[in-house]
Amino acid sequence: MIWCGAGILLLLAISAFAVVRTHDVTEQVIALGFYGLVTALMFFFFQAPDVALSQITVGAVALPLMIMLALSRMKFHKATRQKEGEHE
Amino acid sequence: MPHILQSLPYFIAAWLFFCGLYGLVTSRHLVHSVICLAILQSSTYVLLLAIGYRVGGSAPIFADISPGALTVDPVVQALMLTDVVVEAVVVALLLAMVVKAYEKSGCVSPSDLRTMRG
Amino acid sequence: MNERLRLAIFLVAGPVFFGLYCYAALNLPPWGQYRGPYGDLIARLAVYERHATDTVNAINYDYRGFDTLGEEFILFTAVIGVTMLLRRQKDVPTSPAGKVADRPPLSESVRAVISPAVLVTTIFGFYIGLHGQLTPGGGFQAGVILATGSILVYLAANTEGFKRITSHVAVEVIEAVGAASYALIGIVPLLIGLPLLTNVLPLGTTGDVLSAGTIALISACVGIEVTAAFLLVIYTYLEEIVTGEIPEE
Repeated sequence: MIWCGAGILLLLAISAFAVVRTHDVTEQVIALGFYGLVTALMFFFFQAPDVALSQITVGAVALPLMIMLALSRMKFHKATRQKEGEHE
Repeated sequence: MPHILQSLPYFIAAWLFFCGLYGLVTSRHLVHSVICLAILQSSTYVLLLAIGYRVGGSAPIFADISPGALTVDPVVQALMLTDVVVEAVVVALLLAMVVKAYEKSGCVSPSDLRTMRG
Repeated sequence: MNERLRLAIFLVAGPVFFGLYCYAALNLPPWGQYRGPYGDLIARLAVYERHATDTVNAINYDYRGFDTLGEEFILFTAVIGVTMLLRRQKDVPTSPAGKVADRPPLSESVRAVISPAVLVTTIFGFYIGLHGQLTPGGGFQAGVILATGSILVYLAANTEGFKRITSHVAVEVIEAVGAASYALIGIVPLLIGLPLLTNVLPLGTTGDVLSAGTIALISACVGIEVTAAFLLVIYTYLEEIVTGEIPEE
């Protein structure tokens, strides 16, 4: 059981490095969602179901959601500014 | 248990911290640096949970086990619930600042934001 | 300080700190042998003292309820910050954005799946919020689950419904009521003569939904506040896209 936990921790370390080294922001959001799920799996292994439920709802659902909303607002803003630039 | 396995979560917590910090230092997009800050914050989860874990202990929920059974530490888990909430709201507020900075200046890289002045 | 200098400082100071930390971490207690007294004490006493089977939530809302009060106000203040930064003022003239983003039409199967999904999400959110003192869950998780139900409505291409749910004035009022009622539940024992946030309601039988006194009530209030907070944040991010109007500079 301890070796299983060690394996999950190593998977966590590898996916954290993958999130940091992804440079395109939209791809990084998906990697962050995967990282949140692996963290929740680790919490389940550490016998913490309350925190795991919190981490699933926040780290795998709400956090990527908020980042995608911010990105889409930035893209929308850029598109409207470009359209105004075309009109003038 | 071999000696390296006794301190593995602490090393993993340090690795997560340095991954996040490296991403923050070499970031070229403001939203990328916000996500690396989230990774930085999650290193504390690993550290706290590793301190409170007990081999053979079960979850501290007594709905189906008797109150005298061996459990892991519930105090550390209560601390971590607050931690997760704070991570979510910090990221929300930072993203609002990033969006506003992008709307005002039009550039999204931290180094460009410094040179566009006046 | 340009990027090269920043990276150089990090590459010098980072390994030094990492080395010192690893040297210190070798002296921590080995992983898996927790020996502190407080965790065992609370795990043994919480069921008898508070009639709550979820010790983590009993610590969060009762034994350390004051810290959770501070955390609720962190959430409240952050939402105020987000709305202040991104909300459009009422008297700024707006112009329609025009056809900027073409949305591809959604397939019927997505829409057919969304309405049972909204139902299941809402019921599950209420279940998690009301059983905070019995099973893992509690107010905060329930709030986030309920707030993502509105995103499902948006995914079903029902922009009018989404706008009606999230931009109503009642959402701000509900958030303020949730935060204030937590503080009021804490102040009520002060009027009787007991310390702040004491559990003064009848404790009930262990395992009942209406048990553990103020823990269930505080969990419900926190759930209400977190739902409204996340709805506000989601609407504030999406306001320009959903209404299709941008403020003129």
